[in-house]
Amino acid sequence: MSNMMLKIENLHAGIDGKEILKGINLEVNAGQVHAIMGPNGSGKSTMSNVLVGHPAYQVTEGKVTFKGMDLLAMSAEERSHQGLFMSFQYPVEIPGVSMTNFMRTAINEKRKALGQQPLAPTEFLKLIKEKRDLVKLDAKFMNRSVNEGFSGGEKKRNEIFQMAMLEPSLSILDETDSGLDIDALRIVADGVNRLKSPETSVIVITHYQRLLDYIKPDVVHVLYQGRIIKTAGPELALELEQRGYDWVIKEFEDSGK
Amino acid sequence: MDTASQDNSLIREISAEKYRYGFTTDVHTEIIDRGLTEDTVRLISERKGEPEWMLEFRLKAYRHWLTMEMPHWAHLDIPEIDYQNISYYADPTVKKQGPRNLDEIDPQVMKTFDKLGIPLEERLALSGGVAVDAVMDSVSVKTTFKQTLAEKGIIFCSMGEAVRNHPDLVRQYLGSVVNYRDNFFAALNSAVFSDGSFVYIPKGVRCPMELSTYFRINAAGTGQFERTLIVADDDSYVSYLEGCTAPMRDENQLHAAIVEIVVMDRAEVKYSTVQNWYPGDENGRGGVYNFVTKRGLVKGVDAKLSWTQVETGSAITWKYPSCVLQGDGSQGEFYSVALTNNWQQADTGTKMIHIGRNTRSTVISKGISAGHSQNSYRGLIKVGEHADGARNYSQCDSLLLGSECGAHTFPYMDVKNETAIVEHEATTSKISEDQLFYCNQRGIPMEQAIGLIVNGYAKEVLNKLPMEFAVEAQRLLSVSLENTVG
Repeated sequence: MSNMMLKIENLHAGIDGKEILKGINLEVNAGQVHAIMGPNGSGKSTMSNVLVGHPAYQVTEGKVTFKGMDLLAMSAEERSHQGLFMSFQYPVEIPGVSMTNFMRTAINEKRKALGQQPLAPTEFLKLIKEKRDLVKLDAKFMNRSVNEGFSGGEKKRNEIFQMAMLEPSLSILDETDSGLDIDALRIVADGVNRLKSPETSVIVITHYQRLLDYIKPDVVHVLYQGRIIKTAGPELALELEQRGYDWVIKEFEDSGK
Repeated sequence: MDTASQDNSLIREISAEKYRYGFTTDVHTEIIDRGLTEDTVRLISERKGEPEWMLEFRLKAYRHWLTMEMPHWAHLDIPEIDYQNISYYADPTVKKQGPRNLDEIDPQVMKTFDKLGIPLEERLALSGGVAVDAVMDSVSVKTTFKQTLAEKGIIFCSMGEAVRNHPDLVRQYLGSVVNYRDNFFAALNSAVFSDGSFVYIPKGVRCPMELSTYFRINAAGTGQFERTLIVADDDSYVSYLEGCTAPMRDENQLHAAIVEIVVMDRAEVKYSTVQNWYPGDENGRGGVYNFVTKRGLVKGVDAKLSWTQVETGSAITWKYPSCVLQGDGSQGEFYSVALTNNWQQADTGTKMIHIGRNTRSTVISKGISAGHSQNSYRGLIKVGEHADGARNYSQCDSLLLGSECGAHTFPYMDVKNETAIVEHEATTSKISEDQLFYCNQRGIPMEQAIGLIVNGYAKEVLNKLPMEFAVEAQRLLSVSLENTVG
């Protein structure tokens, strides 16, 4: 039980009054990598946004427990302080705010919330250097404005860099592979793998199998029309890659649920 | 106590906390009777021990002021001001008994400036060395580093002292850039002005430290009419800073200032302001009316004047720091961040008047509006017929927080020379929900996220400020926007 990272029970949620998630159940243990796959429009992005508390989405029913805490009762920044991280599908640009300043603010807000002193500048710079190397992000990016003028690949590497800096317990990678060439994909996946530990978990949300060649999942789920319709081991991802989603959907519909 | 009034008291506490300079100092202050007549003007002149020519200057301005009307062309809703219900002179340095001792400052006044973070003892000066002229109400209470500066021939003192000790310089330059006929508030100021600072940098001297004046309104029912004059002789350089705060009061207080700057051949003046007069409360009650005429005559060849302002205070701001680019090859710059929140109104911008050949000007204006405030940029780029090769680049950006506020841009151009190149760019944007959420997800709460984004937006201008000021300005931008979202 103490091993439980995330438990989602009968989660219903939507946007603009339209229900998209129709009863999600999911359990993620510490140390595990879960993949959530599914065709376009199945609710993958809604699920990740609801978990991190995006204000545009409304939860209508259900319960989410994160490290024993009632996740849905927490603000977005509290979720972050407690170790929940999302790598955005479309990272936003913040003109005039340097990456260094952004990260220092983020880290010190977290430390403040946890009752710790702000990180000393030298320690902070050391940490930045160490984590940059992890995703091969050049030092020059630290003086640039957040995501401004970054290429698609640089933005995604920057997301993983932030993940490394914040050392989350649970990371959600929302379509992190989209728009990445194979080299960038390797760098990103390598970064994620090196951050893995028995105490941390990862949820990889993806349309394609590609990323899962590099980040090996323990469990694979198929999301369809707001429900998880199949859960199996890593072999499922390969099968989906070869055969598409239609057979899983058919199997689900035939089962009459 | 019911919930609503509990909420209200909480809001009051928060907004009281926001303006951390809102305290009053209990110090014996001699305030002249309210009202403005020729006798008032004579009384002020007498109090200041002025020579006849200074009195004549004031009286001429006063008589002209009587013929003028308050300007109403700005995008401002200015309530009726009763000029007879204001006291025009308040002196907190007068001792209750006995003669005034110049070297002895009332400990209460000393404490006030300490509390404002402006040390009046030279040994406590900010790192890097900043000389301070501290003005409370109508009177300069202390000017630091005068001796150090005098060794280089630099004059840095209060205007009152300059009139007494450097009458030739004052007579030569006072009113030479902003004539008393210039506008209603200029005429009023010329009639009743009290202390501001006087700066003279001699030929070839680079001022070794930042000079600054800190203006503090303390007494109730008074107006402040500062007058500052800076003359930078050939090949000299000075960086000058100005800061201002006032107590929180329900009444509105008037501040009508004139700043004149003369820049000679190849000289350079940087003038930075962080304006933080009391802005009024969240219901628009109280606050300073800030009507200011600031202008520089960039007279010499290759001379340069740069204005940088961060405007977060005042209930109403009416202010257009300008450059008259007379010398060939002279340059003018205007960098501005104007933030309005709650019911504040600002109509601010600049005038760049190109007269000489190959004159250049740059205007970067960043407006930030929140609450129910109105924020306008008003700028004039004028190129005279002899200003061959004149160049101007203007960029005016507006950032809106919320949907109840307004941002307006009034750019005027008057170009009489075909070789001139004048460029104007303008943008209006809102802070997006996605930007805020991105910050939240990284653990940055809403108010800090807004502060971060707004400071990023204003960075280009903040970078122009001297270090100590930039830090203060960043903090101000963040706290001025507390409680704007949510």
